[in-house]
Amino acid sequence: MAEEGKIDPMSQFAIEPIVGGFELFGQQISFTNSALWMFVVLGLIYVFMIGGMKRELVPGRWQIMVEGVVGFVDNIIATSISGPAGKKYTPWVFTLFMFILFANLLGMMPLGIIPGIHPFTVTSQFTVTGILAVISFSIVLIVGFWKHKLKFFSLFIPHGTPLPMIPLIFMVELLSFMVRPFSLALRLFVAMIAGHILIKVFANFVIQAIDAGGASILVAILSIVFIAFVSALELLVCAIQAYVFALLTSLYINDAENLH
Amino acid sequence: MDLSSAQVIGAGLAAIGVGAAATGVGNVFGSFLEGALRNPSAADGQQGRLFIGFAAAELLGLIAFAVAMIILYAPPAA
Repeated sequence: MAEEGKIDPMSQFAIEPIVGGFELFGQQISFTNSALWMFVVLGLIYVFMIGGMKRELVPGRWQIMVEGVVGFVDNIIATSISGPAGKKYTPWVFTLFMFILFANLLGMMPLGIIPGIHPFTVTSQFTVTGILAVISFSIVLIVGFWKHKLKFFSLFIPHGTPLPMIPLIFMVELLSFMVRPFSLALRLFVAMIAGHILIKVFANFVIQAIDAGGASILVAILSIVFIAFVSALELLVCAIQAYVFALLTSLYINDAENLH
Repeated sequence: MDLSSAQVIGAGLAAIGVGAAATGVGNVFGSFLEGALRNPSAADGQQGRLFIGFAAAELLGLIAFAVAMIILYAPPAA
């Protein structure tokens, strides 16, 4: 990082072991910074939820916040999963929404100004978002095959498809069904990585411009203003990505519950 | 042309897709607003579909970005 006064924008995504672990089946198992920040996210969610669950008769600000989030997720499910069956998926969709939202927002917090703390965005790792997406996809498959048995395959044939078109449509629909977990995971992962790289690249401009001295200080000021705007945009994207992940998950579950 | 400059040019070409996705996202929100102003009472019910369309359009731009990054940061000796 120090050499040539350049910042490597990718180094913020590096996973480093904090506590040296042990070998298991030839894999190194250790407590990494990714795991640490996941625990931090978990702790934050815990504190947030407990603070608002006092069930006061006259809700305070905190309780209103928690009730707002719960109502928001409830509303996503009520509008996208038709029928009364949707209610039982609330825990998973709520978990997804809260975890992604808190992980995204924690990654955007300027914690790096405290010496010795290296903030890490948990959702900028494809393994993390991939596992979330795979769990969602498994729920769809298990619920679909459990509830509809082999009739679940009729999901891939829209109503009123002409007979000669059925094999072709079936293949296309199957393909679009199979890429769902990838698109879910990739969207969140790339959105997070893109924003963070963009901010780091412009931070790099600031340092280089200040190093150069003279009139290029203007470039540094412009870059800082730009970083402020991008950070605001990123906060919006954090919330939108969490919303979209929860929304698409409940839509896919709706497919499994109700077919078409 | 040596490999590293070809890499940078390739990454730049891949970034065109991000601009195309920007058109797509703008189109999604623009069309939504156009419809929503004609019938504001129906707009709230379509917010879910708005974000699904947004997500689909955005994903393709993000894939273009990912490709650009893969090209840019791939090990030069291939």
